[in-house]
Formats: sequence, C-alpha cells, structure tokens
Amino acid sequence: MMRSLLVLLFCLIPTFASAGEAKDMAADPVLEKRMIGLAEKLRCLVCQNESLASSHAELAEDLRREVREQMNKGLTDQEIIDYLVSRYGDFVLYQPPVKSYTLLLWFGPFALLLVAGGALFLQLRKRRQAVPEIALSAEAQQRANTLLNNDKENKA
Amino acid sequence: MNRFIWPFVIFVVLAGFLYVGLNLDPREVPSPLVGKPAPTFTLPQLAEPTKQFSPADMKGKVWLLNVWASWCVSCREEHPVLLDLSRQNIVPIYGLDYKDKRADALTTLREGGNPYVLSVSDIEGRIGIAYGVYGVPETYVIDKQGVIQYKQIGPVTPQNLREKILPLVAELEKKP
Repeated sequence: MMRSLLVLLFCLIPTFASAGEAKDMAADPVLEKRMIGLAEKLRCLVCQNESLASSHAELAEDLRREVREQMNKGLTDQEIIDYLVSRYGDFVLYQPPVKSYTLLLWFGPFALLLVAGGALFLQLRKRRQAVPEIALSAEAQQRANTLLNNDKENKA
Repeated sequence: MNRFIWPFVIFVVLAGFLYVGLNLDPREVPSPLVGKPAPTFTLPQLAEPTKQFSPADMKGKVWLLNVWASWCVSCREEHPVLLDLSRQNIVPIYGLDYKDKRADALTTLREGGNPYVLSVSDIEGRIGIAYGVYGVPETYVIDKQGVIQYKQIGPVTPQNLREKILPLVAELEKKP
C-alpha cells in the first residue's frame, strides 16, 4: 500500500517539472499564438536561416518580446512588420517584397524557364529538320519489305 | 566545336557568379537607417548611472555611436583601433553598452582602456532593436543634424577607418 502510494507520488513529479517551462510565454495564449504566427514570417538576423519563432538566439528572444509588447499596445501585424523593416530592412522578411531590385529574384526563374524552353523548342525543331529522308534503292526497298512482312508473318 | 561553346559560356557565367558570391558577406545587411534620423533614447550613463545621455545632446556635432559589450569577442579586436582614434581627437566616440552587466563593462574599460567620451547602458537591448543592431560591434556615424550617415557592421578596422569613416567625418564636419 505504502509502496504504491509512493509510486503514485513519483508519477506526479513530471507534472510539476513542466510547470516551469512556460516562462517565456505571454500571459495570454491567444496573443502568444499570434506572436508565433507573425514571428514565423520573420527572419532571425543572427542565425539567418532560422525564423524568429524557432531561433534561440538572444536577439530573437528580445525581438519576440518586442513583438509581444507591440501587440499588447494594440499595433496590427502590418504595423509591427513595418517597424521591424524600418530597423532591420527587408532582410527580416522571409518573403521579400516585389521591388525594382527584387524583380530578378521574383521573375528570374520564370525568365530562365522561358529561355530554356525556347532553346529546347528550337533545338528540337532543328533536329527534326536535320533528319534527312533517305531514298532507298529498289533493291533495298525490296529487302526491307521482305523483312517487315516476315516479321508480320512470324507474329501472326 | 560549336556545340561546346554554349555550355562553356554558361559554365563561365555560373563560375563568375559563384566567385563573386565567395567574397560577399551574407552577414552584412544594409541598414535602412542610413539617411534617417538616429532613433532617440534616454539612457543612464555607464560610469554614473544617475546621469543620463540622449543623442539630442549631440546636436551640432559629428559623432560616432559604437555598440559594444564586455562579452563581445570582436569588440576586443576593434578596441585598440578605437583607443587610437580617441587619442587623435578627430571625432568623439560614444558607447552603447549592449546587453551587458555593468560591473563587467566597467572592468573591461578599466583594464583595456576607455575610448569613449561616455557609454550608456542598454541592459535589455531595447535601444539595440531601435537601432537595428544584430551583431555587436556596430558603429554609426551621426551628423550634426542627428542623421545616421553610415553604419559599420562588425569591428572597425584601420582600413575602413582610413577609407570610409574618417573621410566621411571630415566631409560632414564641413557641412553646417
């Protein structure tokens, strides 16, 4: 009896342990979810291939705090993004905006596809034209016919 | 022969791109703050926390704002360069001690020398965010109107001091 009680008590330990992890979370889970949603679209500038939501860099933590505070002040997502862009540049956005200097980035692949597709088309057309019609001599024609007919008969 | 020319041309172009890419530093993100007024702040001074400093106090002067910290390794690399610059009395250097412990920062300055007119403490890194700081050290050249004219990301070296910062400071000094 005593033993099973003890086992039960030990089972409770993990529930206490997890209570400590929520330190970074805002008091309001809805706001926290909104913050994470926004942070996923933003780049951590320290570890550049990680989003602000997933990075453990100190700067990312500070920026998450900043986003949280601005949300608490009632700023919209767009206003917060605009603020961060005004400080860190377009680089904080994972999806770069379409601007004159990002045209190549956005449309370059399609241009490349068009060029490559065009080149392939021309090449194929040229190749089709390049295969000459070979005129067979009467003798060769006869032989070919025999071979083809034989084949047919064999299959039949 | 002709059929090898195009693949060769494409190879050369790609190799060229890759070669240029080798020499680019992806950590150097151009700051959108260049050409904009330096964000305002009022922070306690590191040496005398009861006193405060604000960029507004610097109106009419060309000055450098250097973001540093005692935990920052590259700051040690640039420290002698800044000390040397401060001895020449060309341009005042103000420090923004970023996410640091006051005692550590004071020890660093006592042991390594202090190139700053004064430093301010940004313990929580909030002013750092306002200035778009993402890697310490960073140095801003701010003109008489309080507009950021240049941002150096990473340590100041004698070379970029000579080639970029000092000529810019001299030019800004001539302007009203």
